Amino acid sequence: MQNRIDNLFKQKNKNILSIFLTAGYPKHDDTLAIIKQLDACKVDLIEIGIPYSDPLADGPIIQQSSQVALENGVTLKNIFEQLKNLRSVTQMPVLLMGYINTVLQFGIETFYQKCNEVGIDGLILPDLPLEEYNSVHKVYAQKYNIHVVFLISPNTSAQRIKVIDEQSKGFIYLVSSNSTTGSGKELPTTLVQKVEDIKNLHLKNPLLMGFGIKGKPEFDAACKLVNGAIIGSSFITLVGHSTNFEKDISQFISTIKN
Amino acid sequence: MTATKNQFNVNEFGYYGQFGGAYIPEILFNNVEELKNNYLTIMNSQSFKTEFDDLLKNYVGRPTPLYLAKNLSKQFNTTIYLKREDLNHTGAHKINNAIGQILLANRLGKKRIIAETGAGQHGVATATVCALMGLECIVYMGQADIERQAPNVARMKMLGAKVVSVTSGTKTLKDATNEAIRDWINHAEDTHYIIGSVVGPHPYPDMVARFQSVISAEIKTQLLSCVGKQNPDYVIACVGGGSNAAGAFYHFLNDLEVQLIGVEASGKGIHSGHTAATLTVGTPGIIHGSKTYLMQTNDGQITEPYSISAGLDYPGVGPVHAYLFETKRANYLSVTDDEAMHAVINLTQKEGIIPALESAHALAALSQINFKPSDTVVLNLSGRGDKDLTTYINYLDTHTHAK
Ligand SMILES: Cc1ncc(COP(=O)(O)O)c(C=O)c1O
Repeated sequence: MQNRIDNLFKQKNKNILSIFLTAGYPKHDDTLAIIKQLDACKVDLIEIGIPYSDPLADGPIIQQSSQVALENGVTLKNIFEQLKNLRSVTQMPVLLMGYINTVLQFGIETFYQKCNEVGIDGLILPDLPLEEYNSVHKVYAQKYNIHVVFLISPNTSAQRIKVIDEQSKGFIYLVSSNSTTGSGKELPTTLVQKVEDIKNLHLKNPLLMGFGIKGKPEFDAACKLVNGAIIGSSFITLVGHSTNFEKDISQFISTIKN
Repeated sequence: MTATKNQFNVNEFGYYGQFGGAYIPEILFNNVEELKNNYLTIMNSQSFKTEFDDLLKNYVGRPTPLYLAKNLSKQFNTTIYLKREDLNHTGAHKINNAIGQILLANRLGKKRIIAETGAGQHGVATATVCALMGLECIVYMGQADIERQAPNVARMKMLGAKVVSVTSGTKTLKDATNEAIRDWINHAEDTHYIIGSVVGPHPYPDMVARFQSVISAEIKTQLLSCVGKQNPDYVIACVGGGSNAAGAFYHFLNDLEVQLIGVEASGKGIHSGHTAATLTVGTPGIIHGSKTYLMQTNDGQITEPYSISAGLDYPGVGPVHAYLFETKRANYLSVTDDEAMHAVINLTQKEGIIPALESAHALAALSQINFKPSDTVVLNLSGRGDKDLTTYINYLDTHTHAK
């Protein structure tokens, strides 16, 4: 079975630009409009955050966007409604990112099935333990052709990285520093060495770096080390203030790309 | 499911039946793994035991008395003993766990300590042991709780802790716990997180229950010398996250003739939409890294709890209680704000003991149980009421009939 994430990395393995947005933010029905604009700007990959009341791995900006989205009345059910036309809008790989409790309450198999139905290619579930993925989720991930991407941090041991690489499909999400999303932390100076060490493990998956990638300088720095990077909080801030998605998103993306 | 012997402890994977586990972001994997691999070895080492026992005895003031409450017994026509955790240094059972975890943190070489707190008792206990050990201490507390538990905020600051006001969500214990976990993610290398109840990812629920198990160990010894048998007919305790109850139940779990009763806060009433009675209105899911019962919407969003008592105002419950509930090994009752307030006044006037609002929930449940005159009942009085005085005074001012 083909998967758009694999196809992307077959065509391109440098300077991959991935953008994170929160579903239903800033307005309930903005999700597809933003995706459409990102497609027009030719980013490489999109991650859609499922809003959650208690997003433990997220800093204030994504927390706040989640809260607004929930106040807008967004539920997982209507995210899938909104994404019905996803594949008439873009052929880019799209992942959903969310917390495991939302998936549990929706029903695990139904969730994977719905993802497949609307054309989602992958999932990032930061609080899903690897062991539970293996014992519960993996059969559905395979059945519905959804790549589950795992995270590693600068602290993750070489041994565990190898185990994660074995299980992860599509790519591995390298968290740039020990932090929640959108922290003001600089990319740590030890990162270069850390990435060297990781590369020496000869992983089967490409690496994308996220957390703390605010703009062009961080994006370029990340792309020198790994296959690409993910921009979240600063994009959320942009759309939160935007009165004209078309203009503001194009401008934002072109500053990063050029 | 029915209860059988020896099945109530956590298994090697960190689960109580289907509950528990460690649902945490990868950044915390090393920290949790380090704890998991070391906590039992450290706790079972002679040097740890000696230091822990010495501090509990000479610093905390253990064993706490098992007091035969004659007037209360007469009122309920049975025999009621109060386990006086309110007489601990700093005023609640929370110090038992804080002492245990600070000794553990020392042995793991951690220099920075963080904690969450609701009523402020766990925050005060943590600030106290940090002062004792000379460690940096940061306590996360919801803004709403900072307002209703002002004396404890002052105590924490005086003890040298930094109290961080949490303004996300409902500004109470759940949000303080979220912020503490986020802090831990941001300082994974040098920080130990002292969780204040039997909640959080494995091994916390088991570790905290073990530190609190001194309560039931003492009850057994004390009851033997008071009434000539180790086991009462009932053990009753309030349940927020569930640590004082877990400690009071611990050594009775396999003595199936002992009825275990946990008491949750129903706030303004179970069906009022303003409640914290998780086991009554909640459903299974994940909260703060653990699979357990929690209050949530159909869509899996955690809902706002409510209780007059800051220490019980929590939308989850420790996984061990979810399991004891599901296996029916323990029964869980609930008590409203008003019932708890009446119980405060009753105990104060009948026994001359001003209880904490949390503990008053356990007291209020006495009238929901049909005791036999021959029963022996042990009620865990988890804390004292000093921190709640403003709430009590306001209540008395507006409810003159209670005078
Ligand atoms: C006196 C007292 N009792 C009970 C509790 C509730 O916690 P737990 O259910 O973990 O015992 C608290 C929490 O702050 C407390 O201060």
